[in-house]
Amino acid sequence: MADAAEKKLLSFQDMILTLHAYWAARGCAILQPYDMRVGAGTFHPATTLRSLGPEPWNVAYVQPSRRPTDGRYGENPNRLQHYYQYQVILKPSPADLQEQYLGSLAAIGIDPLLHDIRFVEDDWESPTLGAWGLGWEVWCDGMEVTQFTYFQQMGGYDCKPVAGELTYGLERLAMYIQNVDNVYDLRFSDAVGDVAAVSYGDVFLENERQFSKWNFEVADTDTLFAGFKAAEAECQRAIAANVPLAAYDQAIEASHLFNLLQARGVISVQERANYMARVRDLAKGSCKAWIDSQSERWTANYPGWTL
Amino acid sequence: MTDFLLELRSEEIPARMQAGARAELEKLFRAQMSAAGLDAGDVAVWSTPRRLALIAKDLPDATAAVSEELKGPRTSAPPQALEGFLRKTGLTQDQLEDRDGIWFAVIDKPGRATADVLAEAIPAIVRSFAWPKSMRWGKQSASSESLRWVRPLSGIVAIFGEELIPCEVGGISAGFATRGHRFHCPGEITIGSAADYADKLRACHVIVDHEERQTIIRDGAAKAAADAGLTLVEDEGLVIENAGLTEWPVPLLGRFDEAFLEVPPEVIQLTARVNQKYFVVNGAGGKLANGFVCTANIDAVDGGAEIVAGNRKVLAARLSDARFFWEQDQKKTLAEHAGKLANITFHEKLGTVADKVERVAKLARWLVEEGIVTPSCVPAQAGTQGGDAPASADERSGPPPSRGNTEVTREELADQAERAARLAKADLVTEMVGEFPELQGLMGGYYARAEGLPDAVANAIRDHYKPVGQGDDVPTAPVTVAVALADKLDTLRSFFAIDEKPTGSKDPFALRRAALGVIRILTGNGLRFAVAEGDLLDFFADRLKVQQREAGVRHDLIDAVFALGGEDDLVRLLARVKALQAFMATEDGTNLLAGYKRAANILKQAGEVSGAAAATPPTEADAALLAALDAAEPAASAAVADERFTDAMAALASLRAPIDAFFEGVMVNDPDEAVRAWRLGLLARFTGAVHGVADFSKIEG
Repeated sequence: MADAAEKKLLSFQDMILTLHAYWAARGCAILQPYDMRVGAGTFHPATTLRSLGPEPWNVAYVQPSRRPTDGRYGENPNRLQHYYQYQVILKPSPADLQEQYLGSLAAIGIDPLLHDIRFVEDDWESPTLGAWGLGWEVWCDGMEVTQFTYFQQMGGYDCKPVAGELTYGLERLAMYIQNVDNVYDLRFSDAVGDVAAVSYGDVFLENERQFSKWNFEVADTDTLFAGFKAAEAECQRAIAANVPLAAYDQAIEASHLFNLLQARGVISVQERANYMARVRDLAKGSCKAWIDSQSERWTANYPGWTL
Repeated sequence: MTDFLLELRSEEIPARMQAGARAELEKLFRAQMSAAGLDAGDVAVWSTPRRLALIAKDLPDATAAVSEELKGPRTSAPPQALEGFLRKTGLTQDQLEDRDGIWFAVIDKPGRATADVLAEAIPAIVRSFAWPKSMRWGKQSASSESLRWVRPLSGIVAIFGEELIPCEVGGISAGFATRGHRFHCPGEITIGSAADYADKLRACHVIVDHEERQTIIRDGAAKAAADAGLTLVEDEGLVIENAGLTEWPVPLLGRFDEAFLEVPPEVIQLTARVNQKYFVVNGAGGKLANGFVCTANIDAVDGGAEIVAGNRKVLAARLSDARFFWEQDQKKTLAEHAGKLANITFHEKLGTVADKVERVAKLARWLVEEGIVTPSCVPAQAGTQGGDAPASADERSGPPPSRGNTEVTREELADQAERAARLAKADLVTEMVGEFPELQGLMGGYYARAEGLPDAVANAIRDHYKPVGQGDDVPTAPVTVAVALADKLDTLRSFFAIDEKPTGSKDPFALRRAALGVIRILTGNGLRFAVAEGDLLDFFADRLKVQQREAGVRHDLIDAVFALGGEDDLVRLLARVKALQAFMATEDGTNLLAGYKRAANILKQAGEVSGAAAATPPTEADAALLAALDAAEPAASAAVADERFTDAMAALASLRAPIDAFFEGVMVNDPDEAVRAWRLGLLARFTGAVHGVADFSKIEG
């Protein structure tokens, strides 16, 4: 990262390392990805559950995200069923959140007097998490590179205080920074000595082919349906047993199985709303159980705080 | 007299909310001023994505001093009354005036400094500001009561003359400092007064006047296109939106790969506009060219080359998606796509979209087979024409349809209508319409043409949602008319059948729009048939009144014809209403109405008529009215039966002189019971004759 030209062409992994260093320097704990299949970084309990309650919480992490219906068998230069999000949560949202965010873009080599950076209205809502917030999609020369949201509600509960959430689309940003048109052409890592550079395609092209096929054609739907039911039941058992973190894992599992069932095309339009409501109930139930398990400590440590 | 400046700075305000926010700011400011007794006078309101600004010129420096007089109890009243009055006014007895035995309190209220009024008004304005959606943020949001704003509020500038108005709201104190352009001028700048506000911002790359930014975008985009030998496709909505997204707008022209032009132009324009907020451009001959204009928010150090390159890439990715959809969709025929409609629920009580399509196909065929929609589609005559002149040309692209060349037979038309109806909804399951729902119909038309379906069928698929809005064309091509009418009628009949009717402002299935569409298709093409019955017919009557009001037709006259009952042919109904309206505009009409009302009143007051009526007309005036009725009654009813409504009105007009003469010459309530009964009988016959044409009791005036 010595000279400007090199900095502009950060490899995929250097971009992540740069963001880690940037946000660590601003007080974020750098967490690791959650070890379950999720559709977005927001599903990580470090976002969903920790955005509830009065305690400050500042974290950043990469989250592999799976969207089965976005699979294109490795043939589309922009669409993937598995990709990475870089997630930052700052609670309460700092007054200079926009400036901090713009600083992170500068850190990975985007000059705001050369590139047109814009905050374009985009309100965020996750029906399956019972969550919503207001914010923007951040555009860089017309391309959406980040979702920027002030969480207002999670699991149906007001966020008190509000957390700021930044979700960077890492592949898009990297394609922009490296100036490539095909995601598989991204430089994942640079050559070092005798060791050759690795491309994104080297790492993930075969995964996209196989998982697209599995998601769309192979996955056994009876098993998926059974898995959904089992996760639903286990979530409720865990809620009853007052272990909300374990319950929430099952909510995540049910959500992903639902996404897979959709990719398999076996959920009709009528059923879709019904399944989404069931997942929402699990997520909300987990959030409520989490609040119940924590609120004694919250109210003790934050006098005057109410749900 | 002093100028006042207020700036409310925030993180980026959604472009679509800025016009409303300006109006809200002005409204709240004026309300606050007038509540304090100040005339706000000349107020300018501006917005950018990051600020709302208000400048009020020549505010008075203080509110006027007022003297208020309160009347109290009589001096002779019991002491409790006086005590109460003193408590209320806060005065002592020696401060009261005794005027002719009544206590008066005179309270002088001195004027207030306008600065003090403003210091209270600003927090009140911020707190009561109504945004379409608002939010909480930051540390203070630990409490539910924290200030709400559209996005975090970050600063307030409030200067009266050159003095700061000290105030605070939501932890933000007013000051002289604001910020310039986010990237060009990120530091603080100090404002001196309302007079230097706009100039200081301009020096810091912020054009605070939204109209000026709109002009820069409008003119700059046109010039960028013209410089490249192209013509901008004007889009005022995009001008306003881009002005709401920028503080320093710089329109830039870019090009995209010409190969994308194989995708329908509507798709390219929509992709560019909706997803990217770009203008599109036309080349020579007015055809869409491979260019776009984006609006940057900076004077880029490289003149914008990188920005254009980046935007081109994003647009290329979008257009590749669109082309992929375009190609993918055409790998199947519309009939094959239509198969998937069986998987889409139209409404839980009304089955799938495939079920609806089946109903529409049958209805479209029936409309032709019954001769309601005819191959020539020459409007069947019914007295006067309806409200809509048929659009002269129904075709926007492609070769002209068969209409006008060789006329199809009724059987061929029925086949085409059924076929088009079966394919009309197929594009709903295509990738393209999935991505751009607003292209429904249009894409179906393109795909139909691409697979070689007849133009009449392709046009019907394309246009069957018409007319969509008030200004939209009414279809006139027979196949299109049949499908468009069948689709809307089926929607109305189906939802009415399951009792899902619009109530108040709730109309989730857009049934009012569907009914209006039916009315315009019927009247525009002169289509004659029983359109509905029961509740649905009443619903049509209501919609017809709303629609015809705009065409200058009196709703009471529509009521007067509907009240007769049994009229379910809207074209005939309107013809009758229009003849009636013409008649009511004549002196005969108004006088006949007066005569009718008098007769109806007398009959109402008479109640049950007792006793036998006289056998012969008691006087000449009686005889004259009887004779007139004997002539007019059959003439009117024959004219109504033949739908010669103007003639029916003429027949009524012939009653005007005899009824006037009757009321002038005789007294209905004659002491002789037999005469009275005879006359009441005659009046009943008169009102009955009038009712044969229209229920005059519903007519106002």
